[in-house]
Amino acid sequence: MAQHQVNYASSGGLPVVLTSADHLINWGRSNSLWPLTYGLACCAIEMMASGASRYDFDRMGVIFRASPRQADVMVLAGTLTKKHAEFTRRLYDQMAEPKWVISMGSCANTGGMFNTYSIVQGVDRVVPVDIYLPGCAPRPETLQYAVMMLQKKIRRESADMKKNQKQRFI
Amino acid sequence: MRRYSPKKNVQAKAKYTDRFWVAPRVPRESVEEGSYFAEVLETLKESGIEVLESFVELGQLVIKINPEQNVETLKTLKEKSCVKMCSELSAVDYLAQDGEFEVFYQLLNLDKAQRIRVITRIKENQAIESVENIYRMANFAEREMYDMFGIYVNNHSYLKRILMPDDWVGHPLLKTYPLQGDEHASWYEVDKIFGKEYRDIIGPEIRDTATIDRYDTQRFARVGHEVPFGADPELVDKTKTSIEDGYSKTFLTDYTTGSKELENRR
Repeated sequence: MAQHQVNYASSGGLPVVLTSADHLINWGRSNSLWPLTYGLACCAIEMMASGASRYDFDRMGVIFRASPRQADVMVLAGTLTKKHAEFTRRLYDQMAEPKWVISMGSCANTGGMFNTYSIVQGVDRVVPVDIYLPGCAPRPETLQYAVMMLQKKIRRESADMKKNQKQRFI
Repeated sequence: MRRYSPKKNVQAKAKYTDRFWVAPRVPRESVEEGSYFAEVLETLKESGIEVLESFVELGQLVIKINPEQNVETLKTLKEKSCVKMCSELSAVDYLAQDGEFEVFYQLLNLDKAQRIRVITRIKENQAIESVENIYRMANFAEREMYDMFGIYVNNHSYLKRILMPDDWVGHPLLKTYPLQGDEHASWYEVDKIFGKEYRDIIGPEIRDTATIDRYDTQRFARVGHEVPFGADPELVDKTKTSIEDGYSKTFLTDYTTGSKELENRR
């Protein structure tokens, strides 16, 4: 019993969609991005607000996970201290491929106003970053836009991780 | 309501224009006869503690003592003068001026709502005795003092860095410590995570937050003009890395140039 009307004249008589493997896999990947709950400072409040009912990330397939093993996006929300940097890297290494990183807020991008001895001056010194999200702190809409940009980026990528050849030297 | 002050052209004016302006010193008063502070000083004198200097500053008693008598002083204050709480304990770096640290103990008498500050001066490499057995908060506060200034505390139960990582080099609250960190600090996370041989690959910290370099495609990307990681943006074939690849045309309508899509929608 067909739920949708099938136009037998135009679609060759069959409810068939033709696509490539890349598109299919990336469609699946980009529409269920599961970020790691990784709030480091005040940006985490905005990240939590994004996940809560008002901005409702669940409708985009973005479900926050509490374990790096289950996550495929790391949203680095806040100031990363040098003491904590090794743990960030360890959590990143524990995530399964394919994985992406959103650097949220000025502190994560560049160190922000903390131009001091104890703050990592940009998390890209520790993990490879896909999306840099400016703002102090970015509003939930901005984080939502960053997720949409990441989805666009994923849809452009090859589904084969070997072909992507992203920077994996750090 | 807050008093109105003219907000026009506030950016252009410096708050203080006098180059030789000196912050006014907090007035010091002598201890009044018959007050609680006088009783405290009397008690200390009876217990054989040498008070080098004492005065009242902003309604708080300040007592300067010899560093060898710090435990004895605090014990006397706690047991005989009923000063039950130590709210803060740390040091001040006066090495450049006097070659000394000033260690202070900020105490509070909860019954009489009176505060007493005990200060003492120690030389650069001189250790101080722990007051952990008198005030339990001294455990963390002395660890912080050791971490930030490098002052050793004798007979402390667990003298270990508390804020900085254990393998950190230097004591950050010293006046001689650079604000943006020494060489060890600037490479700390790289050395620890990747090893020293990765310093060349990752490069030094970018301390100027206004830095933008569109030719550095490892760190920067222009939205809508993305190129592969590390590629020279001038040499990339634009036709091959078109942004339209792979997703719906309606989503990507370029409103600035006016495409056919837009006309169709109209």
